[in-house]
Amino acid sequence: MISASDFAPIIPVLCVVAAGIACMLAEALRQPGEQMPIGGLAVIGLAGAGITAALLWGRTVIGFGVVTADNFALFVVLVLVVIGLLTVLFSPALVARDGLPAGEYYALVLFGLAGMMLMAMATDLLVIFLALEVLSLAVYVLTAIRRHTIGGVEAGFKYFLLGAFSSAFFLYGIAFAFGVAGSTRLERLGSVLAAEAMNQSPLALVAVGLLLVGFAFKVSAVPFHMWTPDAYEGAPTLVAGFMSTAVKAAAFASFTRVFLSALEPLRPSWAPALWAIAAATMILGTVVGVAQTNLKRMLAYSSIAHAGYLLVALVAANDVGKSAVLFYLLVYAIGNLGAFATIALLGTRDRANDDLDSYAGLSTRHPAIAAAMAVFLLSLGGLPPTAGFVGKWYVFSAAVQSGYYGLAVIGVLTSVVSIFFYLRVIVMMYMAPPAEVPSPAAPSRVAVWALAVSVLITFYLGVLPGRIVELASRSVATIF
Amino acid sequence: MLTTLIFLPLAGAILMLLLKGSEGRRDGLLRWLSLGVSLLVFALTLVVWARFDPSSADYQFVERREWIPAFGISYLVGVDGISLFLLVLTGFLTPIALLSSWASVRHRFAEFAAFLLALESAMLGVFVSLDLFLFYLFWDAMLVPMYFLIGMWGYERRVYAAVKFILYTAAGSILMLVAIIGLGWLHYSATGEYSFELQALQEIPIPPNLEFWFFLAFTLAFAIKVPLFPFHTWLPDAHVEAPTAGSVILAGVLLKMGTYGLVRFSFPLFPDAALFFAPHLAVLAVVGIVYGALVSMVQPDLKKLVAYSSVSHLGFVVLGITALNVQGMQGAVYQMLAHGVSTGGLFLLVGMLSDRRHTRLIAEFGGLKAVMPRLVAAFMIITLASIGLPGLNGFVGEFLILLGAFRWDPRYAAVAVLGVILSAVYMLWMFQRVNYGTITNDENATLRDLTRREAWVIGPTVAAAFLMGVLPGLFLRPMQPSVERLLQRVSREAVAAAPASPGTGLQAGTASHAPLQETAGR
Repeated sequence: MISASDFAPIIPVLCVVAAGIACMLAEALRQPGEQMPIGGLAVIGLAGAGITAALLWGRTVIGFGVVTADNFALFVVLVLVVIGLLTVLFSPALVARDGLPAGEYYALVLFGLAGMMLMAMATDLLVIFLALEVLSLAVYVLTAIRRHTIGGVEAGFKYFLLGAFSSAFFLYGIAFAFGVAGSTRLERLGSVLAAEAMNQSPLALVAVGLLLVGFAFKVSAVPFHMWTPDAYEGAPTLVAGFMSTAVKAAAFASFTRVFLSALEPLRPSWAPALWAIAAATMILGTVVGVAQTNLKRMLAYSSIAHAGYLLVALVAANDVGKSAVLFYLLVYAIGNLGAFATIALLGTRDRANDDLDSYAGLSTRHPAIAAAMAVFLLSLGGLPPTAGFVGKWYVFSAAVQSGYYGLAVIGVLTSVVSIFFYLRVIVMMYMAPPAEVPSPAAPSRVAVWALAVSVLITFYLGVLPGRIVELASRSVATIF
Repeated sequence: MLTTLIFLPLAGAILMLLLKGSEGRRDGLLRWLSLGVSLLVFALTLVVWARFDPSSADYQFVERREWIPAFGISYLVGVDGISLFLLVLTGFLTPIALLSSWASVRHRFAEFAAFLLALESAMLGVFVSLDLFLFYLFWDAMLVPMYFLIGMWGYERRVYAAVKFILYTAAGSILMLVAIIGLGWLHYSATGEYSFELQALQEIPIPPNLEFWFFLAFTLAFAIKVPLFPFHTWLPDAHVEAPTAGSVILAGVLLKMGTYGLVRFSFPLFPDAALFFAPHLAVLAVVGIVYGALVSMVQPDLKKLVAYSSVSHLGFVVLGITALNVQGMQGAVYQMLAHGVSTGGLFLLVGMLSDRRHTRLIAEFGGLKAVMPRLVAAFMIITLASIGLPGLNGFVGEFLILLGAFRWDPRYAAVAVLGVILSAVYMLWMFQRVNYGTITNDENATLRDLTRREAWVIGPTVAAAFLMGVLPGLFLRPMQPSVERLLQRVSREAVAAAPASPGTGLQAGTASHAPLQETAGR
């Protein structure tokens, strides 16, 4: 029987969906040429989601048997709310500048976020798939929202084709899992696998492999990362930032939940594979990142490398690792979204200004923006006293605790290599003579505030991470 | 007290950025303000020194606060006899570095001062941190302002030097991060809770093979910073390309962080591995002493010459540490201070010459004595201090180190003495070519002598060189208890030999006036 309490866990999702629908309606009712603060609707919806998620904190309510609002999921939901709010705050000027359809844009962002939140809470493979498709469709369209540009269409198409392919893998994996357990519930799958721990059927291993491919694609882990640079480069810059942070957060939440609860009994089989994927992802992301001269492509490879760090925490598979995933997702989201937003603010309608050369002397042209960019990049590079350092500390603590010294060493060494390419941008901004670049419109006041808040959060998490670390480590205590 | 000390410069840095006027309109105010902040910090370090109890080996002025309880990370700071003077040195050199840049840093002074003050915060933090997480945080955070100082205000190849500096040192120290995490986890395994406090970590058992690797990870980080041969290749680039203030801080304080790290962390945390590796480190140190001196001799560039001389002088410090006896260790700490003062002074003087002539090539100068007698007089004193003339600061440290090395293994001392001789050769030869003879280049004939500001820059350095040379006991006495406690933990002859040792470092220090006469003629 469906009772009213079943709806409790999905209230945050419903808030976001309602706001999305409101955005579409607003767009439909808008007179041509009329200015309407549609972004405000998105802010209201996201604020509602954030507040309701906070109210659900610590209650672990289950809805319909397939979604669970435990603290782990709610932490991710809150991270998604932060990402969503920052994205929406950065958006208005960029939407106006690029002539994007505002209603659709905000609606797609919100529907995407709804799918992601659902994915973080889902405890049934089919619901995970459903959520994955909801978020993917929204993001495919967002990637190609500049449908008059060749780059946008190409990026959307590539992303869609490969994404659909990986969805098929994922669905196939679900089918095998159903074959093993007779159910798509994670709980049931876990208990069946645990009962048969001694003689595993090959079907279970096939299911693990296929699910792994599906997740690896979504988090852009090597060797399933190919789409990432092209999609980020072709998508509107802010959308690339949104994709690289929000999608990753949702996918990692679900990845962690599936692999560390349901598939935990099979860990001896998948841990070596994941170890190799994590190492390859960190190495390839940083090494190829060094060779990039386009900032968006560079950040794309850096986001691949960061997926590798998150995978390290996942391979470690201990409590520290689980909470490290949560903390790192937040840290990474702020830094990466901030960096992409900065790039977006510096572009003009005709030129993206995203080549390394167009950053020459930025510190004299736009000192505040350059300083914010430097902070985000240093955080991504993991230098103290920024949030990135604590994130790396957390992740490598997890690895060391499980005895994966090798992975930790690879991780820290690649993070030094990554400092090199982040520094190249800083060198251009601060130490090169100013370049002749078409000057962007002055950033809106809201965007400046959003940047300032992001910088403050970056320092706050770097200097006083205690409370959030505490929150993250308590979040994983209640589940798994 | 210490917290105020650490964060006061940082607050000053933020103030600089807030007060920044467009196009440098408020630079005059900012200059005095930044100087005022750094002098206040120096005054505070002197207060710490004055209130420091020299008879105790314990950490003093300890402050402890919960910081990241989930990992047992606390904000724990304290000072003992070893870190006390590095604190004072940092406080002493920063205002000098700032004052020395008043004329030469013309663009973006606000940012310059902000980075320098932020750097001071990080350096002070490194010297007082007693929690390894906190220590690493300051240790790595220090890279960023230094990177900007070199990269934005340096000479021609500044960007290359800045990037090389940050990558080289970050790569070296990042493995230490893994080792620190590993130690915390060992503490958790042993006691059931995390801790990164130095004293707590000293008490846990470490499996021998891990101790081996952890020691190497820590020591690599410190060896690069020292820099110990063969990890020194970043140093000439960074020193030569950095602005004068950057070179002063780099040579004066940053390099000491490496040797301080060896004394504070590598050796006491991993005593067995330290005993095993000490001879290897000593060999590298001795090679560095001779190699650095030989390379200095052939440098045509003044700054490069001073940079390589640092490799040689810091080799002495490492040798003193690895000797693992009271004389060697006290000499090492003393030499850290002495080198900070005298090499800082040399960089200041080279900077003054370079400000006037926009060149640092020795061949461009000659006969300066006639033109600028006061500058040359200061140059003379600092040069002699750097060589280790008795009565000036360089002598006491080198003498104690050689004494300590000799007591351990005379062979090291025998080779290291070569370095002392060679340092006299390259320094005096350089001094002669720059200051004596006839004026060969007409541009040199009209150079200004020391300005009043420059006199205030170099005067305190000269005074400190004299003070440290004449009253070594003032510095050696407070550090002795801490050094002895350290050596009880890492000792070659175990505990038995400690009471039987003939003469403590203090006595060796104050009694050095007798052998002083004998060695004066070398």
